[in-house]
Amino acid sequence: MTALRPARLRPTDLARIGTAGLRARPARAILAALGIAIGIATMVTVVGISASSQEKLLRQLDELGTNLLRVSPGDSLFGTSVKLPENAAAMVKRLDGVTNAGQTADTGTTVRRNDLIPTGISLGITVQAADLNLLATIDGRVRQGTWLNAATERQPVVVLGSVAAERLGLVIPDGQVWINNRWFTVIGVLDKMPLAEEIERSALMGFPAAEKYLSHDGHPTTVYERSTDEAVEGVRAMLARTVMPESPNEAKVSRPSDALKAKAAAAGAFTGLMLGLGAVALLVGGVGVANTMVVAVLERRREIGLRRSFGATRGQIRDQFLVEALLLSLFGGGAGVLLGSLATFGYAQFNSLPTVVPMWAFGGGLGMTVVIGALAGIYPALRAARVPPTVALTAQ
Amino acid sequence: MNILEIRGVSKSYGRVHALRNVDLTVRRGEMLSIVGPSGSGKSTLLQIAGTLDRPTSGTVRVAGHDVSRLSDSQLSALRARYIGFVFQQFHLSPGLTALDNVADGLLYSGLSKRQRRERAAAALDLVGLSHRLGHRPYQLSGGQMQRVAVARAVAGRPPLLLADEPTGNLDSEAGAEVLSLFRTLNARGISIAIITHDSEVAVACPRRVRVRDGLVRSEVS
Repeated sequence: MTALRPARLRPTDLARIGTAGLRARPARAILAALGIAIGIATMVTVVGISASSQEKLLRQLDELGTNLLRVSPGDSLFGTSVKLPENAAAMVKRLDGVTNAGQTADTGTTVRRNDLIPTGISLGITVQAADLNLLATIDGRVRQGTWLNAATERQPVVVLGSVAAERLGLVIPDGQVWINNRWFTVIGVLDKMPLAEEIERSALMGFPAAEKYLSHDGHPTTVYERSTDEAVEGVRAMLARTVMPESPNEAKVSRPSDALKAKAAAAGAFTGLMLGLGAVALLVGGVGVANTMVVAVLERRREIGLRRSFGATRGQIRDQFLVEALLLSLFGGGAGVLLGSLATFGYAQFNSLPTVVPMWAFGGGLGMTVVIGALAGIYPALRAARVPPTVALTAQ
Repeated sequence: MNILEIRGVSKSYGRVHALRNVDLTVRRGEMLSIVGPSGSGKSTLLQIAGTLDRPTSGTVRVAGHDVSRLSDSQLSALRARYIGFVFQQFHLSPGLTALDNVADGLLYSGLSKRQRRERAAAALDLVGLSHRLGHRPYQLSGGQMQRVAVARAVAGRPPLLLADEPTGNLDSEAGAEVLSLFRTLNARGISIAIITHDSEVAVACPRRVRVRDGLVRSEVS
């Protein structure tokens, strides 16, 4: 007489009998998995869209570089306004590692389409003096027309930033604008400049022109500086002392790319509300799977009894239904990940973003469905395991 | 040696006594019928003989194993190794071929898939259906379906076959076919116990056990 020990069910056999119920009723399986698919798809889409938006900003940052620094006057100890020296950019340019430097000065006046528009309407455009190096320093491009040169910087002409041109309705450099009670000719319009948004909203003229027509004193309000990547930190430490040797604490140094970086970080932080909605859908989906499995166990009592008569143990019956619930859930999760990725792709295409779905969203999505499937399956599986073997003989 | 020994077995469902102090012994190689009216307790007797249920009192031994000393999973292993079941309603899976239906009966035997299919093919050959391996149940006659079910019951080569009204859903011709199949199997050494209403089946068995009111009333040899 040999010892009795039930044989182990091979994993491949377990997987096969676990799918038998799903294959027998495919429509029901699809509907049961749909809830989970919707939940996972929502979550993957939310994560995917924010990751894609972030990726776009990060690529932009890579393209623009992080070696641009900006110096502006800070506050003096006594609260009086601070002025940067007239030759600030020239001094900065002499620093080691600095490749280019340019400066601008806010003139404090407004630009208008013509003399009939009330002075109070500034459209949020600042009129600035700019030196000839500015454009090269901030890596700006002229979209149409030309940049200032040694001749035109003395003339009553302006170059408009992209936003300023749009607001003035002067998309092409053609025509004139009204500044300080006289006409200035628009000779150029600049491209977008994400690292210097204040330039996008400016009308720029030469320093000599500002002095002549607006009586500007020639003191810059912002110095832009670009250096080699390795020199950025060293230059940063030196900038304030270079520009304001006597009171370096009165100069404010900033890195425009930091703002873009912060924007990218913000874009990567997906909205908790949408994620919560996805989680609710997932939960409802899990309840759907549990419900389907409970019904399946009721319907398949005879099959369970038959399997017990073949020699299946309670544990093997339990595992069969647990695997079925897991596969059902995983099937929904897989479909959800696919749908979510497609939705992300569609959104990204529509908004010309790069499509990015992080691997952890894939893994997390599928991991969550496994957990949901196990939770949804455990009660029906235990009920299945408790079905007595005698139903093989009695159930009709 | 006895393949099945039932000694002083009683089974109660609350106040209903389905079996009262029943003794029944099946020797290896025996073929017997168990007859009796509805409600006589013969189905309960088969459930207990097949270890699908445990008696309220008394001892049941299958191939020498005392059922009361076995855990539920050991009982499962015992069924897988020693007992084959044949049911009145065949209990075939409609989506599977005859071969897969028979092979699935061996799922819990520990055999590999290839071994299961080989044994299933051999069992279907034994019941005379080697030309129907790829047919699904709806493509088979009632008699053929029951023969597939018998093949499934004996594919694991159990020493004991328990049948519950195996001809109950068949016409007389198909019933006779199944009965002659049982005789062939018995001639090969399998012990067979058949619960039946069918007097032809009962008469064809060398030994008949009559059950009435939960008691084994008479044995006709």
